[in-house]
Amino acid sequence: MTRVIEARGLVKTFGRTVALDGLDLHVAAGEVHGFLGPNGSGKSTTIRVLLGLLRPDAGQVRLLDGDPWRDAATLHRRLAYVPGDVSLWPNLSGGEVIDLLGRLRGGLDQGRRTDLLERFDLDPAKKCRSYSKGNRQKVALVAALASDVELLLLDEPTSGLDPLMEAVFEDCIRTASGAGRTVLLSSHILSEVEALCDRVSIIRAGRTVQSGTLSELRHLTRTRVVAETADPADSLAGVAGVANLRRHDGRVSFDVDTDHLDDALRHLVGLGVRSLVSHPPTLEELFLRQYGDVVPASNGGPG
Amino acid sequence: MRGVEGTVGLARLALRRDRVRLPLWLVGVAGVTYGSGAAMGTTFPTQSAIDAYAASVASSPAVVAMSGPPIALDTLPGIVLNKIELVTVVGVCVMAALTVVRHSRAEEEAGRTELLRSGEVGRHAGGLAALLVAGGASVLLGLVVALGLVGAAVPGRSALLYGAGTAGLGVVVAAATLCLAQLFVHARAATGAALALVGVAYVLRAAGDVRGDALVWLSPVGWSQATHVLGAERWWPLLVCLGAAIALAWLAFRLSGVRDVGAGLVAPRPGAPVGGRLMSSAFGLAVRQQRGAVVAWAVGVLALAVAEGSLADVVQSLARDNPTLEKYLNATGQGSLVDAYLSTILLVLGLLTAAFAVSATARLRAEETSDRLEALLATGLSRSRWLFSGLAVVGLGAVLVLLLGGLGLGLSYAVATGDGGAVLRLPVEVLVYLPAVLALVALAVLVLGWRPSWGGVPWAALGLCFVLGWLGSLLGLPSWVLEVSPFGAAPLLPLQPMQWTGPVLTALVAVLLAGVGWLGLLRRDIR
Repeated sequence: MTRVIEARGLVKTFGRTVALDGLDLHVAAGEVHGFLGPNGSGKSTTIRVLLGLLRPDAGQVRLLDGDPWRDAATLHRRLAYVPGDVSLWPNLSGGEVIDLLGRLRGGLDQGRRTDLLERFDLDPAKKCRSYSKGNRQKVALVAALASDVELLLLDEPTSGLDPLMEAVFEDCIRTASGAGRTVLLSSHILSEVEALCDRVSIIRAGRTVQSGTLSELRHLTRTRVVAETADPADSLAGVAGVANLRRHDGRVSFDVDTDHLDDALRHLVGLGVRSLVSHPPTLEELFLRQYGDVVPASNGGPG
Repeated sequence: MRGVEGTVGLARLALRRDRVRLPLWLVGVAGVTYGSGAAMGTTFPTQSAIDAYAASVASSPAVVAMSGPPIALDTLPGIVLNKIELVTVVGVCVMAALTVVRHSRAEEEAGRTELLRSGEVGRHAGGLAALLVAGGASVLLGLVVALGLVGAAVPGRSALLYGAGTAGLGVVVAAATLCLAQLFVHARAATGAALALVGVAYVLRAAGDVRGDALVWLSPVGWSQATHVLGAERWWPLLVCLGAAIALAWLAFRLSGVRDVGAGLVAPRPGAPVGGRLMSSAFGLAVRQQRGAVVAWAVGVLALAVAEGSLADVVQSLARDNPTLEKYLNATGQGSLVDAYLSTILLVLGLLTAAFAVSATARLRAEETSDRLEALLATGLSRSRWLFSGLAVVGLGAVLVLLLGGLGLGLSYAVATGDGGAVLRLPVEVLVYLPAVLALVALAVLVLGWRPSWGGVPWAALGLCFVLGWLGSLLGLPSWVLEVSPFGAAPLLPLQPMQWTGPVLTALVAVLLAGVGWLGLLRRDIR
């Protein structure tokens, strides 16, 4: 088995709202897969379908070589889930909830539990009622990460964590990935996805609009170049693939399609380069381009 | 008074949220009032029928304990007021308590108060708004009850006094509930404590009325009944209600003045850092979540049963003093006075247990709406195991509450009368209502499986059981309607002989409903 998650043409409607509109998602074993999309684009709905909590109206879905609806409880022993908005039992302590969720999943690693509590700086004796959003999230994270599972389903797991804790989280995901676990990380924190993920799927309005490795996706977008040249750089405007050309104080900045980067740089060298800064496209730009521009319909489908 | 800024806005918000709920309460209670009043005319068509009733059943201790002092029971309006008393008292008290908690502690627990208080909203505004809405609703309820009574041929002035007494009781309960809402962090705990307080008030009044002593004055229910409608027609006890309400409201605002938002007055204790044995299964989790409620209900029902059982010697001596009455009751097939008394109490214990069971089953749905079910079902726990673990705890809890109620009644009855056999007999007899309790639980499961947003349906069914069980024979309804209620299908032990058909059929229907509900839960989306 190489595909841990295999979803094709998922459709799910709630009344007249179309939550998923032919969504595709493919996650291979051992990869950390970023699942990107704005609020309401269907990320959580997809994860709930994968968990067998919702039944899709159309489409096929396989999870860990099983049917997520029919084999829900059996499959769940092999995965751990962290919801985006963690709701806990107010009268139980964090430690009790971690043990409850872990044992219902088939047990957890006591050493790792202790270690994670320390690293996330979480007091397990406090009642869940008194936890902040971030601390409730830590409870769910510790319960998930301390379990010996093949797959981690994480739905915006860091939305309540401070930057220090985000760093701890990223470290834990790298460790989990190193141990061979597959991770589906839904997020709109792009730097996190950029730092962690091997491949990403971008969805919008219930459809997959882009899917591939980060380098593949970068290929589709532009590199930003800022340069200082000896001669005026007006002629750059005529080079294919260059856009947003601006000049001030002898400096020039422009965006160039990755396919035409070579041409643009060759032209620049002819002008006498004194300094040069180039940014590879950040996921931010990629994201903005997906949602800021009109997305061509033919872009749909997996990469 | 400072700290009440924004009260009007919050009260309007509360009214907006309750725009369906409160009118339903008013229409429901007024409808029962008018309906039973109108039906009474056909039940007692002649003065001689009324006299026969007055001479026999009306002044029996069971009626006094359940309804209040016997006043003008030789008139039709007197009988009407006596019969509807339990419905109006329970109606106004439960409405006032639920409304206050819903708009004070429940809001605070959900974190919405914090958001509102960051605006121009004073410290006491939320509590005052809850009090105004609940108090206003009580006054309206009193008014519609009075209107219903006028429609049922009660003189206008008396009807108004009765309505005012009902309203006064509601206002006192609302203020007392606001005090309790300051003590408890959980809305559920505050509601439970308020309802327990109402129960204590009812028992105190019952004991005071049966014994004919001053105990009634310890109870707000006693104050509202001290108006002696159709008798002395006193208006001054309403001032007692008003004074008590003001004092309780003052206390509530003092209490809310010394605590933080979201906090209670009891400091929270830290929990266990590691999950114990209960924290390894859905059943253990359900036990942990329900045990507080089970203990509270069991203690409450036990206390009520002990109190009612201890009055049995009064009932017995009444039968001894009046052998002709006893003979009359036996001859007309109404059984002995003591058996009639006991069977009434057993029915009440059954209905109370059903209230526990319905509220405990409602927690299953609450697990889903709070997204905690999602976290549970994302583990190796299946939907079926989750459902049946929860139901097992509800069922065991219901059996425990019923048995303890029967045992309490049997013990105190045995002590009062010297009839030692009752200690074992009554706990067994009260189990005749177990199928009815489980049928309501099964209805809740059916709703959970197919129409989870209709969580009010089991409560409405419980209310219907209560009304049919209490007023059914009086409303002149055909017997098949009464037997539709699972409680009506059970024989009134020990007054009537045991018959198995009703309870067994009820149990089968319960299994069927729960089974269909289970299938629904397996098929539907978890939201």
